[in-house]
Amino acid sequence: MTQAFRIPGRGRVDMTRPVTFTFDGRSYAGYAGDTLASALLAHGRHLMGRSYKYHRPRGPVTAGSDEPNALVGVGKGPALHTPNLRATQVEIHEGLTAVSQNRSPCLEFDVGSVNGLFSAMLPAGFYYKTFMWPKNFWDKVYEPIIRYAAGLGVAPTEPDPDSYAFRYDHCDVLVAGGGPAGLSAALAAARTGARVILVDETAEFGGSLLSDRQARIEGLSGPDWVRSVVAELEALPNVRLMTRCSAFNYGPHNMVALNQRLTDHLMTGASGQPRERLWQVRAKEVVLATGALERPMVFEGNDRPGVMLATAARTYLNRYGVLCGRKVVIVAANDSAYRVALDLLEVGASIAAIADIRPAPDGALLRQCQQMGVRVFKSSVVQRVHGTQRVSGVELAPVLPGGDVGKGRHVCADLVLMAGGYTPSVHLFSQSRGKLRFDEKVGAYVPGESAERERSVGACHGVYQLDAVLADGAAAGAAAASASGHAGDVPTWRVDAQDTADFSGFAGALPRRGKDLHSMSFVDFQHDVTAKDIRLAVREGFRSIEHVKRYTTTGMATDQGKLSNVNALGIASYALGRPVQQVGLTTFRPPFTPVTFGTFAGHARGDLFDPDRRTQVDSWARAQGAVFEDVSLWRRARYFPRNGEDMEAAVRRECLAVRNTAGIFDASTLGKIEVVGPDAATFMNRMYVNAWTKLGVGRCRYGLLCRENGFVYDDGVVGRLAEDRFHVTTTTGGAAGVLSMMEDYLQTEWPDLDVWLTSTTEQWSVIALQGPKAREILAPLVDGLDISGEVLPHMSVVEGTILGVPMRLFRVSFSGELGFEINVPTTEGRRIWEAVWQAGQAHGLTPYGTETMHVLRAEKGYIIVGQETDGTVTPDDAGCGWAVGKAKKDFVGKRSLALPALRSPERMQLVGLLTDAPQEVLEEGAQLVADPKEAIPMRKLGYVTSSYFSATLGRSIALGMISGGRARKGQTLYVPMEDRVIPVKLVDPVFYDAEGVRLNG
Amino acid sequence: MLLIKCPYCGERAEVEFANGGEAHIARPADPMALNDEQWAQYLYMRDNPKGLIAERWRHAHGCGRFFNALRDTRTDRFVMTYEMGQPRPDITPEQAAEAAR
Repeated sequence: MTQAFRIPGRGRVDMTRPVTFTFDGRSYAGYAGDTLASALLAHGRHLMGRSYKYHRPRGPVTAGSDEPNALVGVGKGPALHTPNLRATQVEIHEGLTAVSQNRSPCLEFDVGSVNGLFSAMLPAGFYYKTFMWPKNFWDKVYEPIIRYAAGLGVAPTEPDPDSYAFRYDHCDVLVAGGGPAGLSAALAAARTGARVILVDETAEFGGSLLSDRQARIEGLSGPDWVRSVVAELEALPNVRLMTRCSAFNYGPHNMVALNQRLTDHLMTGASGQPRERLWQVRAKEVVLATGALERPMVFEGNDRPGVMLATAARTYLNRYGVLCGRKVVIVAANDSAYRVALDLLEVGASIAAIADIRPAPDGALLRQCQQMGVRVFKSSVVQRVHGTQRVSGVELAPVLPGGDVGKGRHVCADLVLMAGGYTPSVHLFSQSRGKLRFDEKVGAYVPGESAERERSVGACHGVYQLDAVLADGAAAGAAAASASGHAGDVPTWRVDAQDTADFSGFAGALPRRGKDLHSMSFVDFQHDVTAKDIRLAVREGFRSIEHVKRYTTTGMATDQGKLSNVNALGIASYALGRPVQQVGLTTFRPPFTPVTFGTFAGHARGDLFDPDRRTQVDSWARAQGAVFEDVSLWRRARYFPRNGEDMEAAVRRECLAVRNTAGIFDASTLGKIEVVGPDAATFMNRMYVNAWTKLGVGRCRYGLLCRENGFVYDDGVVGRLAEDRFHVTTTTGGAAGVLSMMEDYLQTEWPDLDVWLTSTTEQWSVIALQGPKAREILAPLVDGLDISGEVLPHMSVVEGTILGVPMRLFRVSFSGELGFEINVPTTEGRRIWEAVWQAGQAHGLTPYGTETMHVLRAEKGYIIVGQETDGTVTPDDAGCGWAVGKAKKDFVGKRSLALPALRSPERMQLVGLLTDAPQEVLEEGAQLVADPKEAIPMRKLGYVTSSYFSATLGRSIALGMISGGRARKGQTLYVPMEDRVIPVKLVDPVFYDAEGVRLNG
Repeated sequence: MLLIKCPYCGERAEVEFANGGEAHIARPADPMALNDEQWAQYLYMRDNPKGLIAERWRHAHGCGRFFNALRDTRTDRFVMTYEMGQPRPDITPEQAAEAAR
């Protein structure tokens, strides 16, 4: 296809570098430097999408990130497809594949298109009204239909193969926006030596100067001046320049988030290069130079392809060399319309008419247009637009002195341009909590008092004329640099030619003749919100603009109401009979423009989502065929299947091996804290519920830690290595929390205690050797240390060496068997593990995992914090009341344990549970009731916390927390399941070796 | 993300810190001497001011030390941070106004 609307020699695209791309499967030509929108417009194609609610045909309204209509899907395949990109921002490259959205089967013919009559059934708030009845229709009828009809692009279905990067940065001055204001601010700041970051969301710095053919600065054209400034900035080592980089969030304390797009504009991403990068920049000073957006006007059919903003047509012409239409009607509320008309006339377009809403517009540009034969209708508006998939003409009509609209006239046109005045882009300023102020002169909200160390400059500040913009930027840039500690001069530039700023504009809906029953005058293009919807919301009683916004969804689309907010405000203000400044403004929320999930995820996905903590024995266990599970961040061997065993079979074998011979278990993940100092025992006394003073050196005790509210927080064996030194173990998942809690009390409540706390979790490898043969296996390895039961009884600890390696040897057991936990320095962990393993071969030593560990401890009735406890369990509830040092005056949680509620006999208490059928294994989490025939909702008495098949006992066992459980021992309760009821007998939680004969063996 | 001044390390990003709740609530010297009401008051009742709050922070991923801070909950602006154990500092009306801004 030919680019019939391309103006050779015009614009900044490289016409020596043709680019081929496809849109909806059809091949198009464009040039390097084109956006998808500019390249399609060069072919005379305006139709680029269908709207969200009514599926109306839509074309681009803008030439930038404020685009609400031309949303497309880009990229091939189920993984690389990116939906809802603005065609006005997508840069084309060879082979680019783009598709339109929200249409079926094709863009030109869409069966989902809602005609004018049916649209009357979809007014504002229709979700709340239409679908209320019948209630059960919502799930099956209404919602599926709405979900099918509404929405925009299709999400990718495969994982994203691209990578995303992340960086923090700091600077003295961050400048957001690289137009004339941003460039002058950046240069003023950079010349002082301050560290400056300048970003712009488009591919090129320059902003409005790139589309401005009038401006002359220091004898240079706009683009040439931009080039000279950028060249100077690039040469400075203290400046970082980033294009295709959007400042999308302005957070507290001057932290600004940037989204830098690195590869989307390239044909193929360089291998290994991230697609996008998230920057979090902490700036000492921020300069916002985010410009202003032209306002569309609200009239019937203002969404038809071929209706666009006047400045957008100017940008397409002067920046991309594309004429958006040959026969043009302009609706004006601002003098800039006439500049656009002159630019269009220059390349041979015909201006069919200019309807100026103002009663007496005047000025040099207007007169110049009239001299060139352009018909200008004063005090005139558009009544409606003709044409469906492309504008064919408009009806222009005069607004009579009384405010009524007179008889209209038809004017043929293929392009309708709207010049409704400008809205300063205050999104980032508003995100920073800055207070907005309604400026009568500008006729819009502008930044008022800053909340952060911030300055808004140029058009976003209501300063429009080029010489003033450059001065504003330069002054703010120098002031920002100075505030960050870098003083310097304020540069000045001579402006030789420029257009005079015009602050006039219009907010609201254009006057109409007659009623607007079926009017399709759009306020929010992306969410299909019409002027009628806003008036309806006000009529139905919504007074606050925030409520009007939510009821109509105006401004809630991905464009954040960039084009719609002020017009919606104007309409609401008129309907409410209150001036705009009294209606208020809705809150601007981040992100300024949509950001990919990939940018936020960065590297944190797949294997890098979380750190993967592995012990020294990990690769050994893997070689043995272990199946792993995640326990907090640790990777732990769950069981070691042999010869195709399933978990059940493996666990039975492992359990029996520990009970009959010996098992070896990697307990390295247990948290370990070294508590040292003259006051160590006092500190332990105050923290843990147990009494520590009388614990002898070389002895261990099961420690139980409560929170101040009296509930069990953690547990673990504590060994006393010296009068002033405790080796504290914690649960695997609780280690960091326990240390943090200890530090809290030590630093803030008892700073007088002379105690040091050190996490030693990663310093010790812990090899648990459990079973009747454990001592026999270990004895030859410990370099002559006497580990007999007389010298090293159950719950004792001794320091020595194992094969020459320093060792802390604990005689402890979580299995109920004779057991040791061999602590050796982590660097030696693997070697000692393998040595113990070798030594055990002759005795049938078996490796076991966490699952077997769980079964063995359940047979002994030992709790697991987090399984039997849930943050509302006291030591006594858990059957560990014996651990509490009753004689102690105080410990963390003691006072709470005395509260009546924590001593109630009705509290949930730990019990053992036995089913009648020995093969029946209860479900963990199953509820227990007294009477299974009771009407629902039944009164629940408790639930199953742990449930296993015990190979040792040849039957199932379970633990549970039951209301008043200890007093109920011997009773039968019931577990109601979906298909049956299981009777369960309450018993003592210790199922095996209650006397502890084996433990003490 | 807030910028927090650790009294020991200087200004660091919020991700390095853990908030520790309201400051200057001392654990009673003899909890058992308190009645249930008084104990519950200590255990559970906290201020939730719209405005200045004295709160504890810990430089958890830094020096590990606890310290106190005066922050305006409306603006997230810090008036100052100070070492654990020091009394809540008196601030000038100007400082309060600046934090509220």
